[in-house]
Amino acid sequence: MALLSVRNLHARVGDKDILKGIDLEVGAGEVHAIMGPNGSGKSTLASVLAGRDAYEVTQGEVLLDGKPLLELAPEARAAEGVFLAFQYPVEIPGVGNLHFLRTALNAQRRVKGLEELDAMDFLQMAKEKSKLVQLDAAFMNRSVNEGFSGGEKKRNEIFQMAVLEPRLAILDETDSGLDIDALRTVAGGVNGLRSPQRSMVVITHYQRLLDYIVPDKVHVMAGGRIIRSGGRELALELEEKGYGWLGLQDGKAAATKGGEARR
Amino acid sequence: MTTDTLQELTRRPYAAGFVSAVEADTFPPGLNEDVIRALSEKKGEPPFLLEWRLKSYRHWLTLREPTWQAVTYKPIDYQAISYYSAPRFKPKKDSLDEVDPEILRTYEKLGIPLVEQQRLQNVAVDAVFDSVSVATTFKDKLAKAGVIFCSFSEAVREHPELLRKYLGSVVPHSDNFFAALNSAVFSDGSFVYIPKGVRCPMELSTYFRINAAETGQFERTLIVADEGSYVSYLEGCTAPQRDTNQLHAAVVELVALKGATIKYSTVQNWYPGDAEGKGGIYNFVTKRGIAHERAKISWTQVETGSAITWKYPSVILKGDDSVGEFYSVALTNNLQQADTGTKMVHLGKNTRSTIVSKGISAGRGQNTYRGLVKVLKSAENARNYTQCDSLLLGDKCGAHTVPYIEVKNASAQVEHEASTSKIGEDQLFYCRQRGISQEDAVSMIVNGFCRQVFKELPMEFAVEAQKLLGVSLEGSVG
Ligand SMILES: Nc1ncnc2c1ncn2[C@@H]1O[C@H](COP(=O)(O)OP(=O)(O)OP(=O)(O)O)[C@@H](O)[C@H]1O
Ligand SMILES: [Mg+2]
Repeated sequence: MALLSVRNLHARVGDKDILKGIDLEVGAGEVHAIMGPNGSGKSTLASVLAGRDAYEVTQGEVLLDGKPLLELAPEARAAEGVFLAFQYPVEIPGVGNLHFLRTALNAQRRVKGLEELDAMDFLQMAKEKSKLVQLDAAFMNRSVNEGFSGGEKKRNEIFQMAVLEPRLAILDETDSGLDIDALRTVAGGVNGLRSPQRSMVVITHYQRLLDYIVPDKVHVMAGGRIIRSGGRELALELEEKGYGWLGLQDGKAAATKGGEARR
Repeated sequence: MTTDTLQELTRRPYAAGFVSAVEADTFPPGLNEDVIRALSEKKGEPPFLLEWRLKSYRHWLTLREPTWQAVTYKPIDYQAISYYSAPRFKPKKDSLDEVDPEILRTYEKLGIPLVEQQRLQNVAVDAVFDSVSVATTFKDKLAKAGVIFCSFSEAVREHPELLRKYLGSVVPHSDNFFAALNSAVFSDGSFVYIPKGVRCPMELSTYFRINAAETGQFERTLIVADEGSYVSYLEGCTAPQRDTNQLHAAVVELVALKGATIKYSTVQNWYPGDAEGKGGIYNFVTKRGIAHERAKISWTQVETGSAITWKYPSVILKGDDSVGEFYSVALTNNLQQADTGTKMVHLGKNTRSTIVSKGISAGRGQNTYRGLVKVLKSAENARNYTQCDSLLLGDKCGAHTVPYIEVKNASAQVEHEASTSKIGEDQLFYCRQRGISQEDAVSMIVNGFCRQVFKELPMEFAVEAQKLLGVSLEGSVG
């Protein structure tokens, strides 16, 4: 059975339909890439899976390991093992990065009936995990994402993922805004977290990332639907031929512009 | 985030709202010279003090209640208030054994055990119950260091010379409407004297509790730090939940002589009234300090209670190289109103002041920062830095910033920064996605917002303040 099953998912904001029937099955241990032009609904899909209440699900269902996900609050989904690496990580002034993460981890542990980690044990664990993405110790005690550069924010997301050890990780354009060395570091971190129990959905505009994080499957989204699915070679083909090849000719939505341009 | 969830989160009962069954000796409501004479006699005061009270009263009669502040309330009937209420026992206790067990229980319930042996923290407490100081702990240890820490009434009897010298020296009897009223009718409060060169060996703390109904609380605090001394003083307050408004008009005077440091922290949690704005304390307080040469006065306040807060802890930077600081968190929820800020008056050369104000508004709360930075001609090279940040939870509350700056010396450097933000839906979602509940997320974000101020508080107080902020916000997130 798939770890994540998305069936005929429709969602909207206000009266604007954004997701128009998504079907997606991700097996345990698999990595799936989602590509697609700007505005095609990739981040919306990620947000709906994580439970953002700005989006209204109008049809369909989502199962995590066979359990319905959509009725759960975002924090309950997190405790079930859903993790979203944000396209735009949020700043929380005055709240220390480590304090934030320990609060999150312990909240999840409480739900699972596990003992909370004390500050010392947590610190040791966090230090160990931070090596994975080479996040400098200085970042640990700064306020959450405040004054972090774009690349530092993305690394911090993967660091959080390493600490929280989710079953399903959704990485929304974790590669955009990274220089080539940082890209390697982050991809290395992600690969280090691949395991037979952990599935990942990697949203990206660049096939280059998929050289480092090699996906089991690639999906192309457009207009709120998955219009094509295939193996790794689909990404290469897309890179070569552009979205026009799939019958999409929206010039503004050119994939090469990247996701960061919208904000 | 919807306003509904916000409201849900800020709605939580006031934990200190119980009434204690203590027999009390209470004056009938009303105010005239005879009441003041009776009060003074009851307290066995020397003639100079009665004269001072009467002078204040007569001056008060010529004053009008101020109306410039951004708060609204029904006119107060000063004849409907009782000006004295004391638990019925010999007013000053040498041993806690003599204190009414019901009062001890009240303080215990509030988390302030007065029984010294049980106290783990290094804090001496003076507990003021309605109008009277009921117990002061750790007196012996303090006496060894030469520190005087006692109730105001006791100071009147034991240290009249010090009192006479400093009473009204910072906040004159004629200062303002509420200060004049307080000077006429003040009941009790705390007195502190730190001798030359002494670093007070422990935190000093006064805990104010209003219990009786229909009484006002008018306490006075006077702290004198002699040359080169240091003291850190904490003030906490709560009151029972009643559906009528009660007046609290206190005066605090700080005197920091040459090279002395006074750190004064307040965690104010007077009953704020219910969600419809019924009841609650009117907290109209005058707090001011005077800093002599190289002295430093630092005010830190966390204001979460009261129906109305009206206070401007101020520093007169009289001596050269003196320093004034004001760190404030003011939270208003439901129908609470706060008009608070500070005055920094620079007289001496190279005087420096820092103001950090954090206003949080939730529900239909209204929060105003009102601050004055005044640099006089004599204040060569004065510097001020002011930062005012407001955080809004929901869309029915308000935040207002009213800075007044008066500079009469061109060498002054005055800096002002202000910001207003909302708790963003994106911040909350980010926290929740990581597994943190909405309520904890709000409290975390608000605490982060206040961090700059909380780090100025003594440890135990910082923890209490954080908890208090969480509680005060329950039922309000949005
Ligand atoms: N909260 C919202 N309110 C209104 N419109 C929204 C909202 N969220 C998304 N949309 C719209 O839905 C569409 C899909 O947006 P989404 O962010 O999911 O695209 P994306 O595929 O992630 O794009 P990009 O590659 O630029 O990140 C866009 O047209 C966007 O403007
Ligand atoms: Mg996106």
